[in-house]
Amino acid sequence: MREEFKMDTREKDIEKLKDYKYGFTTDIENIKAPKGLNEDVIKFISNIKKEPQWMLDFRLKAFERLKLLKEPNWQKPKYPKIDYQDLYYYSAPKSMQDKPKSLDELDPKLLETYKKLGIPLQEQARLNGIAVDAVFDSVSVATTFKGELTKHGIIFCSMSEAIQKHPDLVKKYLGTVIPVTDHFFATLNSAVFTDGSFVYIPEGVKCPMELSTYFRINASETGQFERTLIIADKGSYVSYLEGCTAPMRDENQLHAANVELIALDDAEIKYSTVQNWYPGDENGKGGIYNFVTKRGLCKGKNSKISWTQVETGSAITWKYPSCILKGDNSIGEFYSIAITNNHQKADTGTKMIHLGKNTKSKIISKGISAGFSDMTYRGLVDINSKAKNSSNYTQCDSLLMGNKCGAHTVPYIKNKNFDSNIAHEATTSKISEEQLHYCQQRGLNAEEAVGLIVNGFCKEVLQQLPMEFAVEAQKLVGISLEGSVG
Amino acid sequence: MSDQLQSDFDKLVKTSKFSSEEIKFKKNFLKNFIKNGFPNRKQEDWKFLDISQIIKKNISDLSFFNDYSQSNKIDPSVLVDGLEHNKIIFINGKIEKIDFNFEDQNKIEIIDEAKKDISFDYENSLIDLNSAFIDKIFKILIKKNYSLKKPLIIYHLTNDKIKSTNINLRLDFELGENSCLKLIDYFADTTAKNFINIFYNFNLEKDSILKNYKIDKFRNNNLKYSFNNIEQDNNSVSETFILSAGSDYFKNEINCNLNGEYSSAFINGIFTLKENQQHEIRTTINHLVENTKSYQLIKSVLGKNSKSAYQGRIFVNSKAQKTDGYQLSKAILLDETSEFNAKPELEIYADDVKCSHGSASGSLNENSIFYLMSRGLNYQQSKELLINGFFMDVVEKITDVEIKNLITNVIGLKQ
Repeated sequence: MREEFKMDTREKDIEKLKDYKYGFTTDIENIKAPKGLNEDVIKFISNIKKEPQWMLDFRLKAFERLKLLKEPNWQKPKYPKIDYQDLYYYSAPKSMQDKPKSLDELDPKLLETYKKLGIPLQEQARLNGIAVDAVFDSVSVATTFKGELTKHGIIFCSMSEAIQKHPDLVKKYLGTVIPVTDHFFATLNSAVFTDGSFVYIPEGVKCPMELSTYFRINASETGQFERTLIIADKGSYVSYLEGCTAPMRDENQLHAANVELIALDDAEIKYSTVQNWYPGDENGKGGIYNFVTKRGLCKGKNSKISWTQVETGSAITWKYPSCILKGDNSIGEFYSIAITNNHQKADTGTKMIHLGKNTKSKIISKGISAGFSDMTYRGLVDINSKAKNSSNYTQCDSLLMGNKCGAHTVPYIKNKNFDSNIAHEATTSKISEEQLHYCQQRGLNAEEAVGLIVNGFCKEVLQQLPMEFAVEAQKLVGISLEGSVG
Repeated sequence: MSDQLQSDFDKLVKTSKFSSEEIKFKKNFLKNFIKNGFPNRKQEDWKFLDISQIIKKNISDLSFFNDYSQSNKIDPSVLVDGLEHNKIIFINGKIEKIDFNFEDQNKIEIIDEAKKDISFDYENSLIDLNSAFIDKIFKILIKKNYSLKKPLIIYHLTNDKIKSTNINLRLDFELGENSCLKLIDYFADTTAKNFINIFYNFNLEKDSILKNYKIDKFRNNNLKYSFNNIEQDNNSVSETFILSAGSDYFKNEINCNLNGEYSSAFINGIFTLKENQQHEIRTTINHLVENTKSYQLIKSVLGKNSKSAYQGRIFVNSKAQKTDGYQLSKAILLDETSEFNAKPELEIYADDVKCSHGSASGSLNENSIFYLMSRGLNYQQSKELLINGFFMDVVEKITDVEIKNLITNVIGLKQ
């Protein structure tokens, strides 16, 4: 009897987990820019957002530059050519055209969507006190806890709002870490970015709550190009979370975001991502192309930037959250878990560029590949000749499940300074039979055992996540590997 | 450059006695080289040290023509003393002497190879260059069950007759079943500003053993490139040791295909570099079948204005379960102008494998120096002792005692 019961609940569990939980679409009326990439579309975007002239100039400058650039092709996962003229670069729920003043005026369908995603926008429904900025396709739909944050002088709003209300800050910092002359996808983003989050933490303020952005792609044939800018002024601290989902579609969708972080003297930014874009079905059809540029600049002395990422979704992930350690004594950290299953492909890692004296960086990367997937860690550690007494420690471990998948490590190490130390370690292995046997002997089934071992393997990174996220991430790790054992 | 390549090539064809078939092959290679030119930093494998730039900077008027009709005198003073050995002497791009006096002549066959094509895929224009301008290609066959009694030393010499010239060498070795060859490459070239391009092909049959030691110790201003392609059958073992210290520029590339089960490849290397030297080692180990093993250990000590790079790649095919791969590179930077680059790469498609790599670089440990100084050594002595120990680690890996002693002496290490 008991056996039966166990089977039943387990089956149900699997049933529940089997499908991509966030695969639904929201039937909502959209306003879209005309298909294609040209100056008119850029002007359309700029116009609909009522942007000032300097912003339009910024976009057009990027677009001019884009014409000269070619798509990079050195990465491991290859993908069919993207027709940039066959994409919508702007899509917004119609009800957002006249911006709702409060959440009560928000389209109930949108609220429903976020409720399904587990992101209640109604503040009263929040228990854990995280301020959320929700981005739906191309626009930010709501930002919660504004009042509380304003009290501390913290600016947390959508990018479009920041361009209107805080043009000085945006003008001063936008494009300073990722210039418009960067690589293809970053420049594309500079030209057509639609929305994103803007955070400014004033001098000496420790942000009292976690800030969070939730990205959702809903419309089809749409690329999402958001731009996030976080500035931590002297002596401030902020922890920022980012989550993403998209509906299940057969076509591949492009997501090319830019994230810029700037930490001034003694400031600290902690940026955590749980990326769970739709990965495509088990035959590798559909899914998101996640080509993201994330870069942090430790501009001031004693500043610190820490990236934590859990990458479980997307058909192709291609991103390298980087730190430029310019200020003396600054610290860069990168913690990553990347899991690929079925036909997913990930090429991810980091860049640590040491420019200042006594700078330190640490890289912990855990890659897990299963099914027919391919996982690459690609990283650069570059210690400049002026970066005296700097050090780096890198550890990247890969776990393989089955012999149809691949795990690769491609670190680039450049040491131009004799005062500095670089240490790099990498291992590749599989889950040992003994470990599995041990767990199974104690009553876990094969999948639970794998889940437990994988969670142990990822622990160093999971520990870095804020509490609420860690739980979600842990579950996600289990779900992503569903069906990869046996 | 292409005009000069063409005219030098025509001159070469005129002065040498190539068959029409050979010329046809050579023309093809020349065409490829003219198309691609010298590799540059846009190519992934040449990212750290860009040879086209280095050649441009060091040799302004590189000539590709080499007069193979002239013979060169062998200067006996450069030959290695105190170690009985067989010789191949290579001077100014020409093989002057092949001497297997210590061996059973029936067991070794030397074939003047007519076949000039290359049997494996490569994306390397320097091999095209080599094949286009090479004089003769010899194939050395070591027959079944024969182990050479004495090591074979290949002398790489140059004399004053050549200047700013590209010289090429190619040798093919075939090691029959259960045979053994110890091969030492001994670089004693003294002239400056030549580009020496060496290409070896090894084919290791079942149970055979190859030991290759490359000794580039004496300071010279030549630029060198060496490519070893090693094919290994079941149970074969290859051991390569590289001492990279003498030339202005030296890139050693080893491509090793482990085609047979239980085959293994070991590569160890030492860089000790000073003023303006730029050296690189690149290893590619392809684990293609089950139960193969590879091990690489590369250590550098870098002085003023010097630069070393190590690119190591371990590839594991999805069939190659139970692979054991290990790779370690370490560097000591002695001066603020020295630079170390590394790219240890793993590409793995099988799950039941044990692969790891490590890389560390930094300055000499001040604590260790303090420890030694507190025991009565001076700063310089302590430094030397630490470097000595650092290198001994690699030298200890040499499995042939006689050759180990030779190399220890050449580097000047204390046991």
